[in-house]
Amino acid sequence: MSTDPFRPWEDPQATPLIRFENVTKRFGAFVAVDNLSLDIYEKEFFALLGASGCGKTTLMRMLAGFEKPTEGRITLNGVDIAPIPVNKRDINMMFQSYALFPHLTVADNIAFGLKRSDMPKAEIAGRVDEMLNLVQLSQFAKRKPHQISGGQRQRVALARSLARNPKVLLLDEPLAALDKKLRQETQFELMDIQGKLGTTFMIVTHDQEEAMTVASRVAVMNAGVIKQIATPDAIYERPNSAYVADFIGEVNLIDGKVTSGTEKSCKIIWQGGTITAQPRAKLAKGTEVRYAIRPEKVVISASKPEATNAIKGKVLDIAYLGNISTYHVETDSGQIIKAQLTNVRRLSQRSFAWEDPVWLSWTETAGIVLTE
Amino acid sequence: MKRFTLFNITSLTLGFAFLYVPILILIIFSFNASRLVTVWAGFSTKWYGKLLQNEAFLDAAWVTLKVGILSSCIATVLGTAAAMVMVRSGKFFGRTLFSGMIYAPLVMPEVITGLSLLLLFISLGVERGVMTIVLAHATFSMCYVSVVVSSRLVSFDQSLEEAALDLGCSQFDAFKSVTLPIIAPAVISGWLLAFTLSLDDLVIASFTTGPSATTLPIKIYSAVRLGVSPEINALSTLLIGAVTIGVITASLVTKRAAVHRKRHEEMARQAEG
Repeated sequence: MSTDPFRPWEDPQATPLIRFENVTKRFGAFVAVDNLSLDIYEKEFFALLGASGCGKTTLMRMLAGFEKPTEGRITLNGVDIAPIPVNKRDINMMFQSYALFPHLTVADNIAFGLKRSDMPKAEIAGRVDEMLNLVQLSQFAKRKPHQISGGQRQRVALARSLARNPKVLLLDEPLAALDKKLRQETQFELMDIQGKLGTTFMIVTHDQEEAMTVASRVAVMNAGVIKQIATPDAIYERPNSAYVADFIGEVNLIDGKVTSGTEKSCKIIWQGGTITAQPRAKLAKGTEVRYAIRPEKVVISASKPEATNAIKGKVLDIAYLGNISTYHVETDSGQIIKAQLTNVRRLSQRSFAWEDPVWLSWTETAGIVLTE
Repeated sequence: MKRFTLFNITSLTLGFAFLYVPILILIIFSFNASRLVTVWAGFSTKWYGKLLQNEAFLDAAWVTLKVGILSSCIATVLGTAAAMVMVRSGKFFGRTLFSGMIYAPLVMPEVITGLSLLLLFISLGVERGVMTIVLAHATFSMCYVSVVVSSRLVSFDQSLEEAALDLGCSQFDAFKSVTLPIIAPAVISGWLLAFTLSLDDLVIASFTTGPSATTLPIKIYSAVRLGVSPEINALSTLLIGAVTIGVITASLVTKRAAVHRKRHEEMARQAEG
């Protein structure tokens, strides 16, 4: 959306709602979060993405108040939250297991936090109804958690954590327990609810598709540090490291060396030939680089195409995924490059088969030159 | 495959006979009209009537009940607290020692527990009576409660408690409003176990009792030393009846809850599909 004005992270005047300032968390000798700084703005839908054990859950639990940073500080609206205990923080969390209280009805689960807030008793029932409506579960108010389906439980958990109207809602792998179809529907529901309420959401997930779908910004974490924070499209199109490029989606990574270059264009030599690419900055001759190109940006053709970058090879393998097919093409020098084609035509009519000699080509702007 | 072979039936019969024939004989002879325990002289319920007029037995029964209820309540509170610490606090210095010390009374000879408690009460100058038996019973039954409750807590999803804290509960409120209601069945069965242990304890009670307090097991034991009377048989039959009803009720309640739950889950699945 080019008209989207919501980009507070680009505004130097904007003050972030949540700030992690040089936060480190150690468990014994293990460093879960390593000197990490991060700003999150009001109304953001922020995603922390990473493999399990990368420290993303620890980061979230520190914000919720279940863990204390070993070093550094976390502020909410400019106030250091370290001395505020978990039950006094204006932050609520939706747990991966949903953590619904099995002995209470759906309505009582939602009312649980309200009864422990300063809300007058008379208003609680109204608020519960409002939350039930928000997640479309009004007719299940009297049921116990084990009497409703998994998707409904997920919505109760969401309603319960939103009932106290927190400044920040933390979602720990909120959709991991749902099957794929329901997960996709729920992603849109989540975005919808977040948009309606304007609450700041922070989601922790290992599912990159989920992060890309829901989030306004994504932070890719690895080994306790943030590798990159950017909008989903920037993370995908302009990863800043081979790790991020490889973690998000599929990518061909080609190791090479810069032979010549200006700020606009450079030539990279690798085993299979020369690549012309656009670097982000001028690279000195001889710099070792990794060239990252997404399979869907590689074109396959039978004859030599008119393209800046073209290379010859033969089809080694075809992975048929229904809507698309991924071709594994072995270049003459022995590397394997993946190329993706949309299956516009039926399978029986596809143009390339195993062992076919083909040409791979891509434009100068298709790939990305990475130095780390 | 044939399930009821001659071998299976024989071993089943022998096994049950071994377990229940003594009890069955006791029950039958409690309805014996004769004063002689081993000679059958026709059916009668007179010993039950006699029992109800025997003040000494009734007093002992009342003491036993008091001791049982009080000690099992104390044991349940302490045992649950110990179980929480054991399961929740993760690793701390001396954890193994602590857990070992909680479970040690399970295998400690009762004579030793009784004797050491007796020595303690004497050295403290506590007058022995109902209260000392209560304390002694709470001491040894507490570890049973803690075993039962901690086995439930191990499978307890800790994020439930975290969710309660997250929703504004204090630690105590979270325990009271979330943890306790969920582990209640385990706490109740821990209490029942402690109560049963207290009911039939003879050794520890006789070490820690004073002249003012005689529990039913002590009373029965001392009565039997003067010869088995049909009254004792009647009393034992009543006890067996009470225990049987208790066990059957408990298992029915559990079973009903399971059936209930299953039906609800079925309903949820249908709602989903």
